[in-house]
Amino acid sequence: MIYLDNAATTMHKPQCVIDAVVSAMSSMGNAGRGANEASLSASRIIYDTRERLCRLFGGTSPKQVVFTCNSTESLNIAIRGLLEPGDHVITTMLEHNSVLRPLYEMEKKGVKLTIVESDRNGRLDISKIEEAVSDETKMIICTNGSNLTGNYVDIGTVGKIAKAHGVLFVVDASQTAGVFPIDVEKMNIDVLCFTGHKGLLGPQGTGGMYVREGIAIKPLKSGGTGVQTYHKTQPEKMPTHLEAGTLNGHGIAGLHAALGYILETGIDNIRAREQELMWKFYKGVKDIPEVTVYGDFSSRERCPIVTLNIGDYDSGEVSDALLTDYGISTRPGGHCAPLMHEALGTAWQGAVRFSFCHYNTDEEVETAIRAVRELAQEDE
Amino acid sequence: MKKKELKFVVTFHTTADAMAMEKACKEQNVPGRIIPVPRAISAGCGLSWCAGLSDREQIVSMMKKAGIEEEEIHECMV
Repeated sequence: MIYLDNAATTMHKPQCVIDAVVSAMSSMGNAGRGANEASLSASRIIYDTRERLCRLFGGTSPKQVVFTCNSTESLNIAIRGLLEPGDHVITTMLEHNSVLRPLYEMEKKGVKLTIVESDRNGRLDISKIEEAVSDETKMIICTNGSNLTGNYVDIGTVGKIAKAHGVLFVVDASQTAGVFPIDVEKMNIDVLCFTGHKGLLGPQGTGGMYVREGIAIKPLKSGGTGVQTYHKTQPEKMPTHLEAGTLNGHGIAGLHAALGYILETGIDNIRAREQELMWKFYKGVKDIPEVTVYGDFSSRERCPIVTLNIGDYDSGEVSDALLTDYGISTRPGGHCAPLMHEALGTAWQGAVRFSFCHYNTDEEVETAIRAVRELAQEDE
Repeated sequence: MKKKELKFVVTFHTTADAMAMEKACKEQNVPGRIIPVPRAISAGCGLSWCAGLSDREQIVSMMKKAGIEEEEIHECMV
């Protein structure tokens, strides 16, 4: 199989990640639940993973790294834990449902929502975010990269706007963490939400958030913490404040190894290779008759994603043909980004997404180009 | 059970703080080890750092330098 669905999850994990999970499953206890060696070994590796993530994202304290199951949980914690009725929040058409749905729910509770539009290529005019800021604005929340088009959002510039207006800045880094440089301090990010199983190359069920020191988020969950057993309320200190219940220690052990791999390989090297594969594919398919490629390719800086349609074929049909005729795994359909599809005009047809990982080969990309060309010729 | 003796014990707000302590102590060859919080200090749960009374000064100064936040500092029978 040629796996080109890396924006959904990276399937090829470094061997060290697999080894770390297997080893953790035969040696790790429950972190923070006692001082026995098994429990301590979990606590140690989890703490060390906080340190690695803090370093990767330019944070000031590993204690501000909170573990969750995925970006969706992190975004829910940030949105529901920071916004109150009457607050105004600004987001964009590029967002995934993990941002939009919690915001729509908060809107029902009295939060005012502005969604900044993109153009037909999914390009965001960042000045429109600043134009939307009012006295009531509490938060700007946006993605660092569209999961549908791969368009990159310059969060450094958005962060400057947020800082200038004294507004909280929350970033969805689902498509960029581990591949693009993110510096929460330099980019004025108050809450960074990430998942562990995409560009960070860790196991599914791992993810987290980096919360700027001093930002108080109301917890989404309360429960066991391993400290302050007889208190009736969730402990106030981070990261425990936002972490109730047993952490995914086995998964985090894998993420720990993945971060070691990424820090050693270098995210610049990983990104350069992924973008090289993306551009190769893009150049190979963009001029094929009947093929429509979506997104902004005028900028070099973009996520390793190419999304297209062939004629007016149902994207699901094309994805199925790619799999059955060529053994290529892609993702068709709606991609959980309804507003982006509306902007691109693909709400009915959906779109076929090809997304690349540095483990993919030039030969795989060449096969994918040939497959698209042949399927498009059938359409003529 | 072994006979108790007076020890120097530091408690923490979170497991993460306890782990930061253990790591810093190991890196800087500061004596002591993680133990469950003694009941005499708190009837809760959690981890604490336990060392000899004579190690107090060295530990406190290391914690200050490394920016490690304690919950409480005690001398108690462990």
